[in-house]
Amino acid sequence: MKRDPIYGLLAEFDTPADIVQAAERTHEAGYREIDAYSPFPIEELAEAIGFHRNGVAPVVLVGGILGCITGYAMQWWISTVSYPVNVGGRPLHSWPSFIIVTFELTILFSVLAAVFGMLALNGLPMPYHPVFNVPRFEFVTKDKFFLIVFSSDPKYDAVKTRAFLESLSPHSISEVPS
Amino acid sequence: MATTQTPLETKKAPVIEPGHSFASVTDKISSIVLKRPVKAGWVFGFAVSFLILQVLLFAVGYLFIKGVGIWGINIPVGWGFAIVNFVWWIGIGHAGTLISAILALLRQSWRNSINRFAEAMTLFAVACAGMFPLLHMGRPWLGYWLFPYPNTMNYWPQFRSPLVWDVFAVSTYATTSLLFWFVGLIPDLATMRDRATNPVVRFVFGLLAMGWRGSARHWARYETAYLLLAGLATPLVLSVHTVVSFDFAISIVPGWHTTIFPPYFVAGAIYSGFAMVLVLAIPIRKYYDVSDFITERHLENSAMVMLATGLIVAYGYAFEAFMNWYSGNPYEGFLRWNRLHGPYAPWYLALLFFNIVLPQILWIRKFRTNPIWLFLISLDVLVGMWLERFIIVVVSLHRDFLTSSWGMYYPTRWDWAVFIGTLGLFSALMFLFVRLLPMISIFEIRTLLPEAEVKHK
Repeated sequence: MKRDPIYGLLAEFDTPADIVQAAERTHEAGYREIDAYSPFPIEELAEAIGFHRNGVAPVVLVGGILGCITGYAMQWWISTVSYPVNVGGRPLHSWPSFIIVTFELTILFSVLAAVFGMLALNGLPMPYHPVFNVPRFEFVTKDKFFLIVFSSDPKYDAVKTRAFLESLSPHSISEVPS
Repeated sequence: MATTQTPLETKKAPVIEPGHSFASVTDKISSIVLKRPVKAGWVFGFAVSFLILQVLLFAVGYLFIKGVGIWGINIPVGWGFAIVNFVWWIGIGHAGTLISAILALLRQSWRNSINRFAEAMTLFAVACAGMFPLLHMGRPWLGYWLFPYPNTMNYWPQFRSPLVWDVFAVSTYATTSLLFWFVGLIPDLATMRDRATNPVVRFVFGLLAMGWRGSARHWARYETAYLLLAGLATPLVLSVHTVVSFDFAISIVPGWHTTIFPPYFVAGAIYSGFAMVLVLAIPIRKYYDVSDFITERHLENSAMVMLATGLIVAYGYAFEAFMNWYSGNPYEGFLRWNRLHGPYAPWYLALLFFNIVLPQILWIRKFRTNPIWLFLISLDVLVGMWLERFIIVVVSLHRDFLTSSWGMYYPTRWDWAVFIGTLGLFSALMFLFVRLLPMISIFEIRTLLPEAEVKHK
């Protein structure tokens, strides 16, 4: 497959309100392969680019259920099958004393699922990304906001898309080499 | 800028001083790490901490050669300083999680300026705490026996023991604290990467930031994960000190076998933890000139949390005493007499004074907002909470059911050396932290600015 030498068009904005409005209008104009970058989380921005379900919560739920089953099953097996210790005739399967370790492992597995699930879904670590080629992009971790239309978008057209982005009155527009 | 904010101002000090923008917040916090020259005060403080850390290494080295006999522990007091310090340190850690998790769930935006270093405090305090049970085992190189793993001896841990519960609670807590802290750092590490001019510093921050680029999709997943982590850490932090209190409460020793222990341990943990937060925050805001982010409001709120949790602790003490009498159990009754009139009575009275009487001056607003007073009261609470654990561990154990098995516990110089040494470890790590990482969460401060709000057309 021939690779497009241009990764996308990156427009820079100054305020959170501007970027949200610009993202909404780009989405309305029919562009779907878009993304926005900001120095802090903006709830409206993910909505504006049409990103509604992020998939972290189900991963954490699965992690928690696995942790819960692992914790209880491990204790049950160890205490009744592998290493039964008879303490004054008390039942080997003494479930109330297994609750705490089950709880702790539920939390532990959920936390690991939340952290590593979030990183995996985000595709991190990813030390190189084409947008880092734009010199102005270093301000995304300071006080600037960016909107990108990827060249993989079916509606993408080097001239028309640029004209459209200009109509959003950004601070500047740069081509992102891939 | 200041004039436009007047309608929002109330009698309370603001969470962030007016006049800041995204750029100024970023520059101010990142420049502490990247631009600020290393000053003599920092070098001196770090050197002193580092020297005290050597005391720890020396004491632990000698302990490994000689064994736990160099400590004052004996029969009947087998737990001694190691467990006193373990409970004290882990309790201090709890305030960090409370600030980062519980206050996040309650949408207390003032937490944003103190959560980063409070979480670092948690991490270092848990590191200090975790050392004590391992050293106390006598053969710390066999510490992995605590975990369930298939082995040729065909042994497994005893899951009916609260000490095994503690292993799981504390190791889960340490892992969660580390990950929570690191996840909170990722966007700020990217900020540091983009601000750094030195290529080596840039490379290291770049490596740690893992290529964070602030994508809206990433932020959405990040926020969900962070919220869920806060939701998971909240019951976890309550469970950890509950389980620590089970180490005592599940036994039948008078003074330990009580149902008030879990809530009163958790309250005590948060009490001492906020005291440590203030002990750290007050000098940091002065010497690093960040009193526009850590304002009077933060000091006052922390003082109020301290006052409230201190009162819960006082309630715990009162109920403990009531149950000693109400149970009608002679051993419980003797415990009360022994605390008030026994050989350790001065320490018990000091504990009541430090933990219950003196902090009541926090009812007066002047003391809540005066950094020097607050610093002194916080130190007082830290000492008081340490004494509380000493009383619980030592006074309950040294005279139990049989008079023939009574004894006394005297800490040796090695007990003190290990304890003071962990203070050195803790402060050395804190000194490194404030110089090497952004000590205030930059991106969360950005969200506090009025310009961060998206006004819809």
